[in-house]
Amino acid sequence: MSPTLAELEVGQEVARRTIEVDRARLVRYAGASGDFNPIHWNERFAREVGLPGVIAHGMWTMGAAVGVVTEWARDPGAVVDYQTRFARPVVVPDPGAAQVEVTATVGAIDAETSTARIDLAVVVEGQRVLAKAQALVRLAA
Amino acid sequence: MAVNTSYAGRTYPPGEVYEVSAEKIRELAEATASTHPAHTDPAAARALGYRGVVAPPTFAVVIAQRAEAAYVQDPDAGIDFSRVVHADERFTHHRPIVAGDRLTPTLHVDSVTERGPLAMVTTRVEIADDDGAPVATVVSTLAVRGEGA
Repeated sequence: MSPTLAELEVGQEVARRTIEVDRARLVRYAGASGDFNPIHWNERFAREVGLPGVIAHGMWTMGAAVGVVTEWARDPGAVVDYQTRFARPVVVPDPGAAQVEVTATVGAIDAETSTARIDLAVVVEGQRVLAKAQALVRLAA
Repeated sequence: MAVNTSYAGRTYPPGEVYEVSAEKIRELAEATASTHPAHTDPAAARALGYRGVVAPPTFAVVIAQRAEAAYVQDPDAGIDFSRVVHADERFTHHRPIVAGDRLTPTLHVDSVTERGPLAMVTTRVEIADDDGAPVATVVSTLAVRGEGA
């Protein structure tokens, strides 16, 4: 069953997930998205432009974070609006992986438009990497 | 070279048609660990009322970034990509994107502003289907560091 507006409360946590990101996943995202900026796969290049190392595409982080919302809503087409600011880069080590912790809570409920605003806290090593990450989800009353 | 503020307000001619394929949706869903079955299983998508597999909420970036290239790769625009940081992004879906869609992006440069050593560049890509009906709006802001910043 999909969630309904009536069963939600502002502040309620609705979903939580940890997503692992390694260099292979970034290469896969580069191919899927067509964004081949070398800062996302070439350590030497990333350091030359002043980064601490290879960083994830901001759009990878944004795309991965909203997966908890589409799963929870049980319908990827229910997300009618999704926005974020990119607060900090996600440095992806090699060898190893970065752990991206996503927590989704109800930020607002609007009965008139049949939508709930789901706020996403997206954290790597204790620091928020996305700011004001908000997905507007259309739900049945 | 500094970012060219005279590009603000510019609208580009519609870009090439983008044909949304089930395989591209699958690739992007798998790359972003988006596990909802409607991204990959046509039967699961049909059960939700869609005529093809459904794109993840950020799929439209693929179409938008292709359209944005006409601007950000224009040497006269003065955007040095080694100095660019993605500042923010927003997707508004007028309807979900599904496999089989033929979509046309139209790029607008909404603003180019200088804040000290930073230039903020906001683009908006309006994505429409073959009937001209709006499908998605993608707004993206880049921060470009100036020389010596």
